Amino acid sequence: MEVISKKNTTLNINRALPSNQNRFFNKLKDGKYLLLLVLPAVICMLLFYYLPMWGVLISFKQYSPFKGFVDSPWVGLKHFRVFFENPFFYKYFRNTILLSAYSILWGFPAPIVFALILNDVQNIKFKKLVQTVSYMPHFYSTVVVVGLFTMFLSPTSGPINKLIMSLGFNRVSFLADARYFRTIYISSEIWQSLGWGTIIYLAALTNIDPQLYEAAIIDGASKFKRLVYITLPCLAPTIITMLLLRLGQVMNVGFERAYLLQKPSTYETSDIIQTYIYRTGIEGNNFSFASAVGLFNSAINVFFLVTCNKLSQYLTETSLW
Amino acid sequence: MKKNKFSISKILSAILLLFIVFVTAYPFIYMVAVSFSENIYVLKNDITFYPKGFNLKVYAKVFEDKRIFPAYKNTIIYVVLGTVIALFVTTGAAYALSKRKRCPFAKTINGMLIVIMFFNGGMIPAYLAINWLGMYNTIWAVVLPGALSAWNLIIMRSFFAAFPAEIEESGQIDGLNDLGILWFLVIPTSTAVIATIGLFYAVGLWNAFFGPFIYLRDHTKYPLQIILRQIVLKGEAIDSEMIISGGKDIIAEDSIKYATIIVSILPIILVYPYLQKYFVKGVMIGSVKG
Repeated sequence: MEVISKKNTTLNINRALPSNQNRFFNKLKDGKYLLLLVLPAVICMLLFYYLPMWGVLISFKQYSPFKGFVDSPWVGLKHFRVFFENPFFYKYFRNTILLSAYSILWGFPAPIVFALILNDVQNIKFKKLVQTVSYMPHFYSTVVVVGLFTMFLSPTSGPINKLIMSLGFNRVSFLADARYFRTIYISSEIWQSLGWGTIIYLAALTNIDPQLYEAAIIDGASKFKRLVYITLPCLAPTIITMLLLRLGQVMNVGFERAYLLQKPSTYETSDIIQTYIYRTGIEGNNFSFASAVGLFNSAINVFFLVTCNKLSQYLTETSLW
Repeated sequence: MKKNKFSISKILSAILLLFIVFVTAYPFIYMVAVSFSENIYVLKNDITFYPKGFNLKVYAKVFEDKRIFPAYKNTIIYVVLGTVIALFVTTGAAYALSKRKRCPFAKTINGMLIVIMFFNGGMIPAYLAINWLGMYNTIWAVVLPGALSAWNLIIMRSFFAAFPAEIEESGQIDGLNDLGILWFLVIPTSTAVIATIGLFYAVGLWNAFFGPFIYLRDHTKYPLQIILRQIVLKGEAIDSEMIISGGKDIIAEDSIKYATIIVSILPIILVYPYLQKYFVKGVMIGSVKG
């Protein structure tokens, strides 16, 4: 019955409208249930992603919650100027870039090396054990990981300081000392994500044609040569894609981790743009200013993402889009 | 190929891997050991691998804490409700968008998805949006913003795109519309991918700290992670009465902290075997086809 009624309406529309519009309405009619299915997701996107993107406009206003968005006056680039003229601007900028750069420098190659070693293990049981154990921290929350590091590094009861003292050195209050912040931040990040990060590379490694290795062995290529001339070139597209995705987030340092690890005594190295945004915006209610700082942050991200993608297109013909 | 079975490189790599296993597993072992130990050994810093003077006093104290149970309950509510909503939103959209040719506006919607993978408004506009929507300090601020993850949607979409067309056609012949086909044919045969994505969302919600931290004001609505931070990182563990009681009954603050962490990650550990199996698959689908 449904089929018949459908046919009838199609015919009616056929007579009434020109063909282009006709096709559009037909598609709408045919896909109306699909449209219904996708609707909640579209609403979610609009409310929680696109509404905030539009809300970024408050960076150019003097937003006051009492006046509302529309009635708050426009102030142009005032907030950006204030931020750039802030004597601490350089500190926030430097801390963000350095934390991110070190995190990429140490954190990015680590899972690749780990995956290469793991891939070489012939004992399946041992390999499974290593994987099972090392994937685990990925599922701990940031609060748990930061909590664990804080307690392990505690100057009074932490096992690390116990070890240091048993070796005859003085205890170190790692978390209160600005010099150690970056090291602790990056170690905790690597500790949490090292194992999990290997999955994507292990998958790429299993996709390499074993015939390549067999041929290389017949030709007498050493293990090292096989690594350099077969394994790494085959991994290159995966590595580049992952690096591009990572570079596009240069300024999005793991905010939660930094916020939870930092103490006022380590602000010299631990205060990054994101934590500054949190303090001025959410704690200080200075919404417009903090939003402008955030926009500056995102702009740098986009710049990095686009530049690196262009560079990679030019050099290796690998692109994200 | 296996002529030099005990080469130096092999021994080195085995040592390195064992080191990684030790470094990842030890904090957990230590935590368990301390939390089950008699107080005197903890205060003497005498625990390394196993509990000394096994007892459960610390856990009794943790569960006496008036913040733990409500927070646990809140977290469970957020996780269950949030996961159900997220699966509802994601599954429907993923199925519709897997029918690229038939779904109206599919191109536009896919484009919108790509955009949100790379860009967002930032912390402050997101916070204001929650306020504008009247969700501040409500459960919705916790469960709704994460209900759509572009990555999860794309993983599911590529899975549905590979669904055999013959089965769907047989459904059409039987008079089912798209909703019926999804509900009666596609979902029952795709439980593995739906479970995977569900676990992705559930773990994310269980571990969420920052969203609830800025969107919730009432302490009664706090999830476990916020309480965990208060106890472990801010050192708000010891009730005043505990200090006063003194003597033999005093419990080392560290024990309380470790026990609280264990209590908070227990559910994750229980589902870990499934997590590992399904998550690895999820990452693979995402990497190969996404």
